[in-house]
Amino acid sequence: MSDNPVFDRIRQEIDENQVVLYMKGTPIFPQCGFSAAVVQVLSELEVKFKGVDVLMDPTLRDGVKQFSDWPTVPQLYVKGEFVGGCDIVKEMFETGELKQHLEQNGIASATAEA
Amino acid sequence: MAMDATEIERLIKEGIPDATVTIEDLRGDGDHYAARVISSAFAGKNRVQQHQMVYQALRGNMGEALHALALQTSVPAN
Repeated sequence: MSDNPVFDRIRQEIDENQVVLYMKGTPIFPQCGFSAAVVQVLSELEVKFKGVDVLMDPTLRDGVKQFSDWPTVPQLYVKGEFVGGCDIVKEMFETGELKQHLEQNGIASATAEA
Repeated sequence: MAMDATEIERLIKEGIPDATVTIEDLRGDGDHYAARVISSAFAGKNRVQQHQMVYQALRGNMGEALHALALQTSVPAN
């Protein structure tokens, strides 16, 4: 348990789901271009993930920023670990590092390379 | 809310003194920027840590006054 109940919720969420994306809107209807860009990357890699809409919960919206010491949403977590926001995820996708990172964590992604 | 490009550059350089900062106003609206920051202080740090250093230099402006800053960080080549 931590001081902030939201931290416990986040910790549980990212421990119970291999890939979690805190985002604005939902994977089907992203409400922000940066969130949409990360959803796009994960879709291209055909990675299953849990999307959590921070717009539904102001406490979570602030909490997730404090949790990772990261000022913005979206935030991608793999196996309980913060990977990055939109810029980092896109950069890692382009260099192939994201796919590698997922594989190293035993998470299946699309095998076909463009 | 918006922030001036020179103010962004000033804050980053104040926080990371040896940084080379290149800022581009993506839409010309003073609210969507791309910044490239090169500093030897990034050596040995992963991307998340490098970006956190820049965000720290921006002192809470990121996500507040500054809505969108596409960030790219790297260490100087040699």
